[in-house]
Amino acid sequence: MEQQFSPIGDCGIRISFGSEPSPERSRKMMNFKEQIESSALGGITDIIPGYATLAIFYDPFEWTYPALCAELKTILSELDEAAVKAPIVYHIPVCYEEPFNLDLDDVAQMNQLAANEVVSLHANRLYYIYMLGFLPGFPYLGGMDKRIAAPRLASPRLNVSAGSVGIAGEQTGVYPLQSPGGWRIIGKTPIRLYDPDRKPAILLSAGNYVRFYPISYDDYTNIEKEVIRGVFCVKTTEYIGDSHVSN
Amino acid sequence: MSIPIFSVQKGGLFTTFQDGGRKGFQSLGIPVSGAMDTFSHRAANLLVGNRLDAAVLEITLAGPSLYVENDVTIAICGADLSPKVNGSPAPMWTGIRLKRGDMLTFGKNIAGTRAYLSVAGEFALPYVFGSQATETKTKMGGLEGRPLQKGDTLYGKKQVSEQLTIRRTLKPSDIPEYSDRIDARVILGPHLDFFSDETIRRFLSEPFTVARQSDRMGYRLRGPRLFYKKKESLRSEAMGFGSIQVPASGEPILLMADRQTTGGYPIIGTVISADLPQIAQAAPGAKLYFKQTTVEEAQAAYRKQESWFRFLEKLHQNI
Repeated sequence: MEQQFSPIGDCGIRISFGSEPSPERSRKMMNFKEQIESSALGGITDIIPGYATLAIFYDPFEWTYPALCAELKTILSELDEAAVKAPIVYHIPVCYEEPFNLDLDDVAQMNQLAANEVVSLHANRLYYIYMLGFLPGFPYLGGMDKRIAAPRLASPRLNVSAGSVGIAGEQTGVYPLQSPGGWRIIGKTPIRLYDPDRKPAILLSAGNYVRFYPISYDDYTNIEKEVIRGVFCVKTTEYIGDSHVSN
Repeated sequence: MSIPIFSVQKGGLFTTFQDGGRKGFQSLGIPVSGAMDTFSHRAANLLVGNRLDAAVLEITLAGPSLYVENDVTIAICGADLSPKVNGSPAPMWTGIRLKRGDMLTFGKNIAGTRAYLSVAGEFALPYVFGSQATETKTKMGGLEGRPLQKGDTLYGKKQVSEQLTIRRTLKPSDIPEYSDRIDARVILGPHLDFFSDETIRRFLSEPFTVARQSDRMGYRLRGPRLFYKKKESLRSEAMGFGSIQVPASGEPILLMADRQTTGGYPIIGTVISADLPQIAQAAPGAKLYFKQTTVEEAQAAYRKQESWFRFLEKLHQNI
């Protein structure tokens, strides 16, 4: 389909890739983003993927809006489809037990499921990372099972701790740092999605997949200790299709 | 090497280090932050011979009390918060020399909301994601990501002997005046399909008042409600400095320096860069009148202002 270009003020360009997001479309956008980055155009400050849009921010001292649009259209028309990177899967341990599963019973009840059914529908499934935003390193994930969807809390919590795994509508996500929030919390990971003292500070990157695997409370405390000592390594594997749910 | 410049005897209401912003990391969810009023921020650096994007103190309404530890040249631009040196009024929009033992204080808020204080040779601060700007929600940059407080020591990078010696002053005609009625030019879109022609007409013809719940992240605006004409919701995407997002309540939020990188509400328009410094100086109660403009006109205004800065910067380098 034809991409649509429109301005975001005098420093931004929004390129729409259609209204229905899909991992295929998103990966095409990521490929485009990388091609812009490798073309080393001056005066571009940020390239930000959305679900189905790519936003490019630039310095209007270097570029007029029409000139940069023309340049980007050329890059887009010459996109090398073969250059689309093979995605990877990040395997994230999650403890769905007390005291971390604050809203698990509510989510189960709303969907007429048992708590362990919610866990088995949430874990061991591949979630596509469309974009990062909202907070440093917060992943917007696609692919949650609609049977565990749950509305946001009527009044948000003042403090949701870092690592909390939540559900909001048909979305699931992980809080990278302590923050107020209205997502229903079903578990917690000892992994830090954002750690300013680590390199890289942001663990996940858009265009890849996340898989959650259940761990016990004891596993949680052990992994947490390793994370604090800086010796825990998040397992990553190559993405080999949507049926991929092995351990 | 760093030299103690100020010891903080009172932090003020909300005083933070800000620079040109944290650019290049928005795709990771890292907010840009940086100075709210980019004109005053850059002018303050220009007047003391710094890089235009260097970190300065952004002082909000009630200023700090700073004891001068070592001789230093400073400049104060932006809001008039009645700056005083040893109790006597200190000039703004000009380089001034402070001596060890001087006291720099602030008093009554005369005009504007945010003052910018630069020191010649720049403040000495660590870089976080390429910037020294303070972001208090994620506790990033500046002094451990927080506002100034009593007991802090602020360091500079250069001895006074290495600092600028010529006194620079801005021409009176180049100094902005602040008003509580602001005409703000906007580029409409990108989500105009959410709004009827009538709603867009009201957006462009009726005043909006800056509400009390306004901060560095965004200004809540009171005025005609900008209801959607359709029920669909939007998928999250990027937003800009000055973007006006409209939640389902119809009450718009004008996004400022500490905005989140992405959001899921439709954007009716974005205030142009040249008009954002005036808005950064607006206080709750100020009235905004949005006027439609084109990208072409907005970028011409941007380039005019940028050329002015670059001309003066070059002129000074040749002295």
